[in-house]
Amino acid sequence: MKYEITRDPLDVDALIEIVRDKSCGAIVAFLGVVREAGDEDRPVDGLSYEAYPEMALAEMRAIGAEASTRFGEARVAIVHRIGDLALGEASVAVAVASKHRGNAFDACEYAIDELKVRVPIWKKERYLSGESKWRPNSP
Amino acid sequence: MRLRVVAFAGVREAIGASTRALEVSDGTSAGDAWTALAREFPKLNELERSVRLARNGAFVERDAILRDGDELALMPPFGGG
Repeated sequence: MKYEITRDPLDVDALIEIVRDKSCGAIVAFLGVVREAGDEDRPVDGLSYEAYPEMALAEMRAIGAEASTRFGEARVAIVHRIGDLALGEASVAVAVASKHRGNAFDACEYAIDELKVRVPIWKKERYLSGESKWRPNSP
Repeated sequence: MRLRVVAFAGVREAIGASTRALEVSDGTSAGDAWTALAREFPKLNELERSVRLARNGAFVERDAILRDGDELALMPPFGGG
């Protein structure tokens, strides 16, 4: 399946086509999207992401393989965007296909939860005030 | 021996570069290399507790002994997703 770090806008439809398969009756897709409220609800102008690409990709592949093994051989694809993102743009896309919907929901949730903890990617919140701050995920 | 240091996010900003070479003596550990950098860039001391280290793309503890040519990554807490 597909695992990628890209500077380009994410195409969730293309990702869905990659996991789609005749054996699968369910497809679940998740998009993480830049929202307007940042740390302590400060108004955000956008986010800037950076990655350690080699290690991030290896970890994304490992997470996808684990999700597949745990949840009925689900078909998993994960793409994360880096660079400067505006409000409403997607930073991460996960698509999962499986025989039945339960495994697709579970594998998708597992993949995004693990990504936030294990994948070496960082985001900086850029505030409307002109300030900015690195914002780690909560442990 | 010579290491290639790669730094990200707040660590990168504290060092002022995303990559740099670091000359260290044989037997240097990952933690020793961090300490050497923190002497040169005191802002790193504020980040010490939260930073994880990786050697050639795999997490390592501070006591891991490095080899010539190793890539040592300095990684603050992740924020992906």
